[in-house]
Amino acid sequence: MELFNNLTLGFGVAFTPVNLMYAFIGCFLGTVIGVLPGIGPLATIAMLLPATYALPPVSALIMLAGIYYGAQYGGSTTAILVNLPGESSSVVTTIDGYQMARNGRAGPALAAAGLGSFFAGCVGTLILAAFAAPLTELALNFGSAEYFSLMILGLIGAVVLASGSLVKAIAMILLGLLLGMVGTDVNSGVPRYSFDLPELADGIGFIVIAMGVFGYGEIISNLGKHESEREVFTANVTGLMPTKEDFKNMVPAVLRGTALGALLGILPGGGAVMAAFAAYTLEKKTKLQPGEVPFGKGNIRGVAAPEAANNAGAQTSFIPLLTLGIPPNAVMALMVGAMTIHNIQPGPQVMANNPELFWGLIASMWIGNLMLVILNLPLIGIWIKLLSVPYRWLFPSIVLFCAIGVYSTNNNTFDIWMVALFGVIGYLFVKLGAEPAPLLLGFILGPLMEEHLRRALLLSRGDWSVFVTRPLSASLLAAAALLLVIVLLPSIKSTREEAFVED
Amino acid sequence: MNIKSQKDFFSGLMFMVVGVAFAWGATDYTIGTAAKMGPGYFPLVLGVLLAALGGIVTFKALVVETVDGDKLGAIAWKPLIFIILANLVFGAFLGGLPRFGLPSMGLIAGIYALTFVACLAGDTFNFKEAFVLATMLAAFSYLAFIKLLKLQFPVWPAFFGA
Repeated sequence: MELFNNLTLGFGVAFTPVNLMYAFIGCFLGTVIGVLPGIGPLATIAMLLPATYALPPVSALIMLAGIYYGAQYGGSTTAILVNLPGESSSVVTTIDGYQMARNGRAGPALAAAGLGSFFAGCVGTLILAAFAAPLTELALNFGSAEYFSLMILGLIGAVVLASGSLVKAIAMILLGLLLGMVGTDVNSGVPRYSFDLPELADGIGFIVIAMGVFGYGEIISNLGKHESEREVFTANVTGLMPTKEDFKNMVPAVLRGTALGALLGILPGGGAVMAAFAAYTLEKKTKLQPGEVPFGKGNIRGVAAPEAANNAGAQTSFIPLLTLGIPPNAVMALMVGAMTIHNIQPGPQVMANNPELFWGLIASMWIGNLMLVILNLPLIGIWIKLLSVPYRWLFPSIVLFCAIGVYSTNNNTFDIWMVALFGVIGYLFVKLGAEPAPLLLGFILGPLMEEHLRRALLLSRGDWSVFVTRPLSASLLAAAALLLVIVLLPSIKSTREEAFVED
Repeated sequence: MNIKSQKDFFSGLMFMVVGVAFAWGATDYTIGTAAKMGPGYFPLVLGVLLAALGGIVTFKALVVETVDGDKLGAIAWKPLIFIILANLVFGAFLGGLPRFGLPSMGLIAGIYALTFVACLAGDTFNFKEAFVLATMLAAFSYLAFIKLLKLQFPVWPAFFGA
């Protein structure tokens, strides 16, 4: 019962008053930004990253993780009550959730989302705990060739599941990889693309890119839109409890959503958003019970399944990060940054070298999920109030916190000029319909990929076949190729587009 | 020749320009061989790939029909200018601009400046509201970042304190 011992260690770490407090702060903040449309976990984690310098590493990671999965809970509240996705992963929840609220069934919808999320979060945490050890062992067999191939698979996985044009997404990855090249080359000491600016010799800070592109770029494009009629639903939420009939429909949907979400979370490139879309599509394909409300008209399954899926996915997407050191999505890429700040190299050695951090983080997720249910169901009234904060107060605050966050990373105004530049670039991406998330992933992986490519080819004396002659590396590349082929098949292509152009 | 998708056409152009620029820049560094890569090797490969993908995107934008032409739409100049300006003003207030002899004005003044400029980006501008918001943000930031987290910021104008 090694797992049991490990979990005991983890709960010992997570149950200290300090860590409980940070887990709570993380979950609370996550819910807040989840409820507020227009600000997501990515920008929030980027903003808070500098503030975690002073914290012990375990507490810092517990808090940041709480923001990510907390946002999955909060996002559903806004989706159900206001018909706006508070979070991109709750886009599909708006479809049936808001219809339920209009029919006076906001309470059961919120309960379905909350309970489904809780169940999925618990299962996701268990999967994370169970799979971590064997995967870590596998990772120890990885050489440079395997790491390079794995990153290729991860990057391909990220674009395959992203919405929009595949070629453009791959181009955005390349753009990110190239931006990652800026700065001093570790092997030769040559400063690359630094234009003789000493500030650029260390490379572009990823906080600068994340804030500029995701923070400022989004705000500018939000303000550019006409003030959409934010139909704030102020009807009283009475009676949270779903009926017996609701439970009968909900339970299988939650189970399906959890399974699908957990699976998609582990895959590189997956995560909460894709999991929610896939789960909703699956529910739509299953047959309606006699007398059941059709989808799009307020079916409780259309709320329960995607909400369960996005939570399971959020939880299991920590697996590739913690075991292989490869971030599967942009939020996890920021977590890599958070770990490096604290001198922890993400990867298989984390479990061996920092067991209290590894298991403490996992245990805190279970506690965090419990806190979130309490935060989100009995205290729903607070969040309804929060929804009435107008955007014209919100956006100057976001601009300010971005600027402060960027400055405090290096205490250097140069970063503030850079974030302005990336804000303009971010808006350009919005205008061009170019998804920026793959760019950030590429940016994080760029230097790592180059290093492993160099090392692999150095060992093979320049023979490129090393990537296909080593069985592990070959199978990873084959999986990447398979993914590409599958998406490019005409039949899949059309359903993929359909899944994203949800009515 | 008709552009079938404006968004893709210009994205493709952007990818091509950036790809070529990086690849060209890479030739300034040692390229080396696959077995012994110089600092220019990986960026050169990436730059060429990016330019090639950009070419594909542009080509498709000229050939493949789209329903509505994928128009770029109007550029939101007002938010773009004021949000970016707010950020720049904040930087100038916080750090000062030694080159122009501008002293550091500190965090608090910077917050007021940022909030006012940022509020101009919205649909309506209300002086009183912006003032109240700025005061709230300044108080909160002072407590949270300076007192609680003890971040190293110049808080007050440089010519006041020591």
